Amino acid sequence: MDAVLLLLADSRLPAGGHAHSGGLETAAATGVVHDLATLTAFLRGRLATAGLVTAGLAAAACAHAREPAGNAPPGGAAPRARTPDGWERLDAEADARTPSPAQRRASRAQGRALLRVARGLWPGFVLDLPAGAAGGPHHPIVLGAAVAAAGGVPVRAAQIAAYGAVTVPASAAIRLLGLDPLGVYRVLAGLAARVDAVAAEAAASVRAGGLPAASAPALDVFAELHDRAGTRLFES
Amino acid sequence: MTSGPAAPYAGLRARAAVRAERGPGGRTRITRLRSDGPLALRESGGAVYVVGAGAGPLGGDDLELSVEVGPGARLSVRSAAATLVLPGREGAGASRLAVRAHVAAGGRLVVTPEPVIAAAGCDHHATAEVTLDEGAELVWREEIVLGRHGEPPGRYTGRLDVTAGATPLLRHELRIGEDATSGAVLGDARAAGTLLITGADAEPYAEEGLAVLPLAGPGVLVTAMAADAVRLRERLTAGRRRVTP
Amino acid sequence: MGLGPHDGREPREPRPRRALRLGIGGPVGSGKTALVAALCRLLREEAALAVVTNDIYTTEDADFLRRNAVLDEDRIAAVRTGCCPHTAIRDDISANLDAVETLEDRHGPLDLVIVESGGDNLTATFSRGLADRQIFVLDVSGGDKVPRKGGPGVTTADLLVVNKTDLAPLVGADLTVMARDAERVRAGLPVAFTSLRERPDAPEVVSWVRAVLAAHADA
Repeated sequence: MDAVLLLLADSRLPAGGHAHSGGLETAAATGVVHDLATLTAFLRGRLATAGLVTAGLAAAACAHAREPAGNAPPGGAAPRARTPDGWERLDAEADARTPSPAQRRASRAQGRALLRVARGLWPGFVLDLPAGAAGGPHHPIVLGAAVAAAGGVPVRAAQIAAYGAVTVPASAAIRLLGLDPLGVYRVLAGLAARVDAVAAEAAASVRAGGLPAASAPALDVFAELHDRAGTRLFES
Repeated sequence: MTSGPAAPYAGLRARAAVRAERGPGGRTRITRLRSDGPLALRESGGAVYVVGAGAGPLGGDDLELSVEVGPGARLSVRSAAATLVLPGREGAGASRLAVRAHVAAGGRLVVTPEPVIAAAGCDHHATAEVTLDEGAELVWREEIVLGRHGEPPGRYTGRLDVTAGATPLLRHELRIGEDATSGAVLGDARAAGTLLITGADAEPYAEEGLAVLPLAGPGVLVTAMAADAVRLRERLTAGRRRVTP
Repeated sequence: MGLGPHDGREPREPRPRRALRLGIGGPVGSGKTALVAALCRLLREEAALAVVTNDIYTTEDADFLRRNAVLDEDRIAAVRTGCCPHTAIRDDISANLDAVETLEDRHGPLDLVIVESGGDNLTATFSRGLADRQIFVLDVSGGDKVPRKGGPGVTTADLLVVNKTDLAPLVGADLTVMARDAERVRAGLPVAFTSLRERPDAPEVVSWVRAVLAAHADA
């Protein structure tokens, strides 16, 4: 992977990820995750659901951003006109896959933060989202566009999204549960092949004209419980 | 094990359809009711019932149901009993049920079948694509039970795509597979379900095993998990009480 | 990437003048929130204000400010920091920038946005990308050696506030020693000794903020 893409995958990227737990804070508070074994199961389930969905959205956004806007691409293939409502369409597809209002807010908050970073990295980085996309763009959509701006292909966008789907809650677990960081990273290393497989599945689905929609009922419940919790250390 | 490869089991192929239209005087009439193989349809008490003719779906079955609700018409689709999804003969492959529904302007479709039980060894793919015209309403309930009593479930994938006009309202898939017992997905719940009510509103709400989720578009999704089908229905019903039409 | 003008928010007029962003940091319990409350009470008539709090637990600081009605509720935003208050003001300031800009969009033009950090240790400082000026708040009960030990907050903050001077005799802290050490490590940057309990109007700090505000308005 190109180093510029590693920047986008890095948890130290100043795009607000450190303050999100991906449902882990509530899972920890309710005892669902309390050790490495339950964390492993949590991460596998999150990867197969939210991870697959965000990977698909990121891949679709990357593919959309890479489409030439009217100009014939090098190689002489017929130009594919980028649909003017493409970003709006992707925004609606992300909404339709995110029934939890708290998760929609968290996704847009992280999207705003990543947009700020992308504009800092690539002057002129703009997403054609309508003002109606209240609260800013969804995170995986900005991520896909940023990967395209960095010269990356859709499967790389999917990979970074799927990777974030497990590293964000894993990092929160280290901070909330005091789990041994070496143990948590052993878990993440054990999931690496699955991250790649989920990214490949998402990218293949997008190439075939689809977009994954796997749901995680427990994460939906956790997201809304978290929003109502009196004590919380993470934004989501 | 036999020595030679078994002949592939083709399974059943069935194409059933129902159409409801608003007749003179405003009453809805069922103007088309086509049963096919295991998809037997019966009209009773103002609703159309899917009456399972024989066991299944079984692995290898390929079933389609088309539902058409005309302008201003109202249709309720139910099932007579729970559906037990079973594996087919060896080599039969997955079973499929595809529902396509269209609700025309001012129409209303209510789909509230009894639970689907994903028996051990099954591999079932259910898809539903619903398109809603201007002012059309949809109530859609799905309940999945993970295996018969004391058995692990087979594989089950249920996807619901609802599009209102040109806008995707809901894209929602539940996969019962190796990751379903994850604390992020279903945990130790043995039954999971959703209830979609379009055009309605609610305050977001959650308690253990239940969330009431106002969608970005017009509608509310109630999602629930429970130890069994009875408690699942109770939770979905409790969630529905929080939804205001 | 498209080239259109939209990014998911309403098209924005060029900001006429960005508010001064003042960071207030320091260890837990040193009196940061009491100082923010004092600044709001004393400056709200002369300046358009808003506050962002970074609390490690819940939204306690924001709730304190609301309860004490020092500002309208919607002029106070709380940021959650994922157990890492220093990260949220230094390494990854995106949530704080987001909160500041949301307050400016909602209530602008503003003169002053105060960003209060969650309590942290002596190494915490605000990123220059987040705060134009910063105040570091210590209290004497931490011991009179704290200024000598230094740390980026103590040495580089634009104003060092040593609070709870009324407790000095009780904890055996020598204020003269603190003043001398602070002057040495801070190379002439100002230090204010306060007792917010005895003088809730913190006159030295308020006049320093007034001067900073005036300089910002002239710039």
